[in-house]
Amino acid sequence: MESLLNVQNLVTSFRTADGKLPAVRGVSFSVQEGETLCIVGESGCGKSITTLSVMGLLPDNGEISEGSITFQGEELTHKKEEEMRKHRGNDISMIFQEPMTALNPVFTVGYQMMEPLHLHTKLNKKEKKSRAVELLTQVGLSDAEKVLKKYPHELSGGMRQRVMIAIALACNPSLLIADEPTTALDVTIQAQILDLIDDLKRDLGMGVVMVTHDMGVVAEVADRVMVMYAGHVVETGTVEEIFENPKHPYTKGLLASVPNVDDEEHSLEAIPGSLPNLNEKISGCRFHPRCPFATEKCKEEDPPRFQISNQHQSKCWLHEEATTNESRHEAYS
Amino acid sequence: MADSSALAQKNINTNKQESKKEKMVVQTFKRLVKNKLALFGLVIIVIQVILAAFAPWFATYPPAEQDLVNSELGIGSEGHWLGTDNYGRDVWSRLVFGARVSLLVGIGSVALGLVGGIALGLLSGYFKKLDGVIMRFVDLLFAFPGILLAMLIIAMLGTSLINVVIAISIWSIPTCARIVRGSVLSVKKQEYILAMRSLGASNTRILMKHVLPNCTAPIIVFATMRMATAILSTAALSFLGLGAQPPTAEWGAMIAAGQDFMFTSPHLTIVPGIAIMLVVFAFNVVGDGLRDALDPNMELDQ
Repeated sequence: MESLLNVQNLVTSFRTADGKLPAVRGVSFSVQEGETLCIVGESGCGKSITTLSVMGLLPDNGEISEGSITFQGEELTHKKEEEMRKHRGNDISMIFQEPMTALNPVFTVGYQMMEPLHLHTKLNKKEKKSRAVELLTQVGLSDAEKVLKKYPHELSGGMRQRVMIAIALACNPSLLIADEPTTALDVTIQAQILDLIDDLKRDLGMGVVMVTHDMGVVAEVADRVMVMYAGHVVETGTVEEIFENPKHPYTKGLLASVPNVDDEEHSLEAIPGSLPNLNEKISGCRFHPRCPFATEKCKEEDPPRFQISNQHQSKCWLHEEATTNESRHEAYS
Repeated sequence: MADSSALAQKNINTNKQESKKEKMVVQTFKRLVKNKLALFGLVIIVIQVILAAFAPWFATYPPAEQDLVNSELGIGSEGHWLGTDNYGRDVWSRLVFGARVSLLVGIGSVALGLVGGIALGLLSGYFKKLDGVIMRFVDLLFAFPGILLAMLIIAMLGTSLINVVIAISIWSIPTCARIVRGSVLSVKKQEYILAMRSLGASNTRILMKHVLPNCTAPIIVFATMRMATAILSTAALSFLGLGAQPPTAEWGAMIAAGQDFMFTSPHLTIVPGIAIMLVVFAFNVVGDGLRDALDPNMELDQ
């Protein structure tokens, strides 16, 4: 089956004064219809840049230097700006992190709701309005007529995020990209918004790519998880595999740094050190300076991806033997 | 004025969607009026606008009508409360018609300057590639002293009020472009612009419909302040004989004509001088007041 979105070996780099710096270094993933993929990682590991590359909305000095992005079988990387514009907001939509700043303060919610409809459909004013009301009701805002006439500053953060979701859904996209949609919200509102995205995904059959650094969010919504570190995908797997059987030391570190309220004895284990800079040259595995299990080999050679199970992959030398052993087992049987 | 405000009132009632925007205007106006100096300036501007709009009703004589028998009458003379000039023309009537000229030239040149400045500012702020080129061009315009540039343009185009408008508007372009560029640079970094792009909006649409409305406050302030400069420059150019040609009643030209009679009839220079001063002062304080009224941070200390 052909997947909805397929990213192969994506390299996104930025032109800076020090030359070209790759922020995303060969990322591959795919999203099926009706599936939620969570991209997890520390701030600055290339999560957002990956999603912006898919949208074709990289900053002026960024460019996709290698790899391919296919959406519904169409290659996006070579598309002209005009053609990309027809996809954006229509087939592929995006929700942003800060609902406080992602709505234009000088226009009413209604005006902004009609923007995507104006851009991608030929509905007349009345139809647009009824569609806007329908959408706002769909995202759980009661009294939609009233909300349409309000300005963003008159709405609460949760309401604004709902409006953002409604705007993103206006043209029934088949892929929704959510860039930390709940980071700026209260925990209670967070749960509501996540439920909402989940429900809408089921109802509309969308694929969802959710970028987050919150493991709690991942556990709640993800079908599959992709862990990124310093521009690389270090581990991918289904949500059960990642949470119950994390393989990569970085994933283990991430999970260990999630507070556990049930266990009073539990002390948080932070991953020592910090994310390397884009221009830092690190030989071998980019995680080895912070890795408690680093060996000589890690310092010298960049590990390939090792298959652990059908969907579970880890980019760590530790699993070299495991896989080779397993493949040997397979060969024997 | 009264008609238009009544019309605006009607709009509020009929168009509920715009009522919020109207509210914003009313709010700004209320804050502006709280500032005593700005209120004073506003009154002067309103008086000038009324005089200019209904000049034939307020003028007691045609502005160019000569009456050599009654020349050089002083202030408070019978039938000419501001006196007459060396040709016996009524100073009050000329002042009233002069208000019309300076207002029209001011509005015309500011409007033209805004169109050019906003266009350049939007382009250079939004498109990084154009930024360098446009800003160097603007620097070039900045390098000339304003009045010299205006004189240069008039020397090329010939002396007339329309050319004065063009000259002054060209001179307003660089400042306006700089101001708009600054606002665009800060607005375009906002997440809602990225959100608009993620919806598939074209650059033109984003610029005109989303960036520009967020830059209106500094543009309004600039336009008001610039009116003062424009009126002053018109008077200066006319004084130098590059603007209004006789017998057109224009304040700068009136001063120029009156300077030969400074000792015998000082009111010929003083009266139009005061008019210029008051109007320029009024636009400046209103601009200042508007800047405070449109600044959302000011709410805290009120």
